[in-house]
Amino acid sequence: MPTHSTLEAVSAARWRIAVSLTVAMMAAYFGFILLVAFNKPLLGTTLAPGLSLGILLGALVIVVAWVLTWTYIRWANAHYDASLDGLRVRADAGGRR
Amino acid sequence: MTALGEPNVTAIVFFIAFIGLSLGITVWAARKTRTTDQFYAAGRSVTAFQNGLALAGDYMSAASFLGIAGLVALSGFDGLIYSVGWLVGWPIVMFLIAEPLRNLGRYTFADVLAARLRATPIRIAASIGALAVITFYLIAQMVGAGNLIRLLFGLPYETAIVIVGMVMLAYVLFGGMIATTWVQIVKAVMLLGGATLMALLVLSRFGMNPLALFAAAQARYGDSVLSPGRLVSDPVDAISLGLALMLGTAGLPHILMRFYTVPDAKTARTSVGYATAFIGFFYLLTFILGFGAMVLIGRDAITAVDAGGNMAAPLLAKGIGGNSFLGFIAAVAFATILAVVAGLTLSGAATLSHDLWVNVVRGADADEREQLVVARLATIVLAGLSIALGIAFKGQNVAYMVGLAFAIAASANFPALVLSIFWGRLTTAGAQASMIVGTVSTLTLIYLSPTIQLDVLKHAEAWFPLRNPGIVTIPLSFATAIVVSLLRPAPAEARRFVELERQLHLGVE
Repeated sequence: MPTHSTLEAVSAARWRIAVSLTVAMMAAYFGFILLVAFNKPLLGTTLAPGLSLGILLGALVIVVAWVLTWTYIRWANAHYDASLDGLRVRADAGGRR
Repeated sequence: MTALGEPNVTAIVFFIAFIGLSLGITVWAARKTRTTDQFYAAGRSVTAFQNGLALAGDYMSAASFLGIAGLVALSGFDGLIYSVGWLVGWPIVMFLIAEPLRNLGRYTFADVLAARLRATPIRIAASIGALAVITFYLIAQMVGAGNLIRLLFGLPYETAIVIVGMVMLAYVLFGGMIATTWVQIVKAVMLLGGATLMALLVLSRFGMNPLALFAAAQARYGDSVLSPGRLVSDPVDAISLGLALMLGTAGLPHILMRFYTVPDAKTARTSVGYATAFIGFFYLLTFILGFGAMVLIGRDAITAVDAGGNMAAPLLAKGIGGNSFLGFIAAVAFATILAVVAGLTLSGAATLSHDLWVNVVRGADADEREQLVVARLATIVLAGLSIALGIAFKGQNVAYMVGLAFAIAASANFPALVLSIFWGRLTTAGAQASMIVGTVSTLTLIYLSPTIQLDVLKHAEAWFPLRNPGIVTIPLSFATAIVVSLLRPAPAEARRFVELERQLHLGVE
């Protein structure tokens, strides 16, 4: 059964997830840009032949984007959709709205 | 020298094959394009995977393919800053925009604003932002197309522009969104396939290990290729560009329009997941291609053909796969341009006909036939305009116009859109003011920036220090919306927001 029963609760839960994931994406990306802007030598550090910290972190930002979108899809498919189904069923059963 | 700029048999064969296939798709799509839902939204029958590819096709322009590969070839790591920047807007599109947009609107992003605010004034304001973004994006694409085709095929600039304009016109005019979607899908598959094949051919020379490729670049051009260089010299400008790329993606009219082609919000959500995967993968590939060109072709050979490095990827294709592979990549680049301008033109036609003609001029009282006629007239006007603009801007540096389009999308469209979805107290006046301030302030600051004052007008100094105005204009636009809305509240519009809450989540029931 869906955990969120009312429209307001569903809306609030989606808003929380959307904002958290947006902040996480912005933190990852702007963290990277700020390092590029303010600490170039650090990003130039070579970790292995052919691999600098900058290249690793840049590629990781792309991976973070993938992971966050995947996280949202997982959450929405499991929880959000179930809550919406619950709202639809109740509307049909109660004949309201 | 190379065979670039000379007629290449393989290129012509692939190109004619692509044109033939895409016009075949258009004929097929034309038979299925009878209603406005079909013309603007492909009958809402596109699947998540198909729309994911089509979104990627709309977004991966020739400028990013050739431009980023070239930037990486010439400066190494710095190219990655752009690759990452072009991708990070997509998660934002998914979290904040895609599903509510699909549930609240029909054809354009202005539908979302019009659903809860006073429709006529808000559609006019939204159209200004949308048309500004589309115009600058189109100019950049058309001028890029003329230059690229001249370099790749040796066709005169004007001929290339006219060919692009006419073929694109055929797609949109007859096949509407169905043809445009399938052209995007074919192009995305060609571009992803071609780039993957080329990256594999490069990596096969380095034991399939990207690090061995980077190490070879390091050995030849020094440690600097792996560390940040001159691209980000001003931190504020870098953050400003980053903001515009990230939030601008979520305000591009032709991207937002694609969410109406799927049956429901869940499909819209999944399609962004596919798009993010494809686009991220593509930008990782361009990074490998750039380093491949740097090592296997060499910087001198690349700048000898085009000082900006734009020919790095085609030269690499020729170097590792000969003239036939060069021909294939050239045809892919041409197909890429055609697909992007088709998407832009269709969204411009939707703004002109659906937002301005049908809803503002005719007060939402126009029958299906009239709507389709006006949409097609708008398409013809836009195609003519893009050919004229492409020729008018011949030989000018228009690289900044893509950045400008993103800055306007982020400053004019994104704040009003996101506030209308999430903030109940937004008023018509607030959203209107935000969109107008966003557009005007972005245009003004770009005009006063070093990009125009120093690079284009050759003045000695610029009044505004930043090349990217986003860090000023995006907060300014949000602040305008909030202050104006709070100063003159509109209780009726706030109640409408509450009424729409259910539709925002569940769609039209």
